[in-house]
Amino acid sequence: MIRIDGLVKRFGSFTAVDGVSFAVEAGEVLGFLGPNGAGKSTTMKMVTGYLTPTAGTASVCGHDVTRNPLAVKERLGYLPEGAPAYPDMTPEGFLRFIAAVRGVPRRDRKGLIASVADRVRLGGVMMQPIDTLSKGYKRRVGLAAAILHNPDVLIMDEPTDGLDPNQKHEVRTLITAMSRAKAIILSTHILEEVEAVCTRAIIVARGRIVADGTPASLRTRSRTYNAVTVRMRNVSASEARAALSNVSGVAEVEGAGAGVGTSGANAGSAGAAVGTSGANVGTGGAGIGTSAAGDAVEFTCIPRRGSSILAEVHTMLRAKDWNADEVRLEPGRLDDVFREITTTPKEVRP
Amino acid sequence: MSGLSRTVAILRRELGGYFLTPVASVFIVFFLLLMGVFTFNIGGFFERGQADLRPFFEFHPWLYLFLIPAISMRLWAEERRQGTLELLMTLPVPLWSAVVGKFLAAWVFAGIALALTFPVWISVNYLGDPDNGTIAAAYLGSLLMAGGFLSVGSCVSAATRNQVIAFVVSLVLCLVLLLAGFNPVLDYISGWAPQAVVDAVASFSFLTRFESISKGVIDVRDLVFFISLIAAGLLATMLVVDARKSA
Repeated sequence: MIRIDGLVKRFGSFTAVDGVSFAVEAGEVLGFLGPNGAGKSTTMKMVTGYLTPTAGTASVCGHDVTRNPLAVKERLGYLPEGAPAYPDMTPEGFLRFIAAVRGVPRRDRKGLIASVADRVRLGGVMMQPIDTLSKGYKRRVGLAAAILHNPDVLIMDEPTDGLDPNQKHEVRTLITAMSRAKAIILSTHILEEVEAVCTRAIIVARGRIVADGTPASLRTRSRTYNAVTVRMRNVSASEARAALSNVSGVAEVEGAGAGVGTSGANAGSAGAAVGTSGANVGTGGAGIGTSAAGDAVEFTCIPRRGSSILAEVHTMLRAKDWNADEVRLEPGRLDDVFREITTTPKEVRP
Repeated sequence: MSGLSRTVAILRRELGGYFLTPVASVFIVFFLLLMGVFTFNIGGFFERGQADLRPFFEFHPWLYLFLIPAISMRLWAEERRQGTLELLMTLPVPLWSAVVGKFLAAWVFAGIALALTFPVWISVNYLGDPDNGTIAAAYLGSLLMAGGFLSVGSCVSAATRNQVIAFVVSLVLCLVLLLAGFNPVLDYISGWAPQAVVDAVASFSFLTRFESISKGVIDVRDLVFFISLIAAGLLATMLVVDARKSA
């Protein structure tokens, strides 16, 4: 329903969007991800007909946005960033205006507004100036305006930005409820949101698409995908590290030998720094092994790309007769993928 | 649905917006107050002992010079500042429809303020026997002049998100248009510019044209001038809004 082909936008010598192409069908919720300034909003503004593309085409329900902008705008619901609305108006008056501009017949307006207000749960504030409403309510007003005409295509620029966790949850529930029959694009930089509501994620950086897939498939590109974290007691850190490194398929072992409760929790993402501190613990290992016998050690084994190491780690543990408190398979983190591909786009991991 | 009914929807929202805030009441009160002061105290309405509204209409251009930019400054600058410009431009509304709708709202509002000066007209009819045809022509001229100022202000407002800048720049442009036919200005230009330029500048004068209309002389050329000025101002507004969307 949304088709974008080679979209380019330049502002003077700056290229904000550099050849973006993708298509979204009904039932899909596309999460548009990327660091600030990556070109997410600019892309959306071109699809909605607000900005004119420098090159390339965008079409909604078969209508080209440059050649037939009104047809596109009629079929599209758009929530701009920050959900702008006229602050002096009440939600009731604002939605009446939107309905009038959208050509809703006069006799249908009242019922339509009531039903949309009900869906986004605006009841109770319909007669208050929008200016006086909380951020959550303002967002709902914007959302109500975007879905008032029941569009086939819905585009939302950071719909949950700045909301509290409860409000975020409500907005996400709404989006999920609407997603069945619509093609939805939403931009965000909250990665949990993508996992929660999106069926597909596109990551953009410097105006280009750098990844496109389901949230789950993107997660597999994370270095910690299928990594195994082992926590055990009564084993010295150096010994454990050495044994884990020797397991076949393990590319790297990360983690700290002691004080697991605090430092171990973020060992997976801390990388090199943690590795060296682990080594330090290893050199003083004798001391720890005896005096701090009760301390747990925790290591995360990063597998070589594509290999699965859980069974191998288990076999090793059994062979050494070590009793692990916990052996955990890591699901991979979208955060890691996001950071890796948006900061070093050229580098390809083995 | 036609662009026209969308224009009406925009007009209604915009006009309603004036009355949702104190803007409307403050503006109308000051407009009427200043009209009164100019007409009766400075214009010497009673002292002249003549049953006409010359002292009333004489000051309209100068009052508009300050008050019309106060209406027009918010037209587009406010949309830009609030972020609602993006909302408006992604609704299924042709650009001309939005520009004309908003302009008409401001014009209707100015018209309401002008219509509320009717007690002056009643007074002069009560006191004497004025030429009501001339008065009607003068009201028409006044309204056209307000429209001319508003279209200039609309264009300026589209170029900025800052209402103060919009106000000051519109005021200066309106002053230039007002004074274009003033003798000191023309004398200054005629010192170095060819006659054709002097004539062209003089022909832009609001003051000269308004004066002839307010004397009851409705010249088609004057009407065409104001209407084409409004059209040009709105066309320029469309170009500016379109060009500065990303700003």
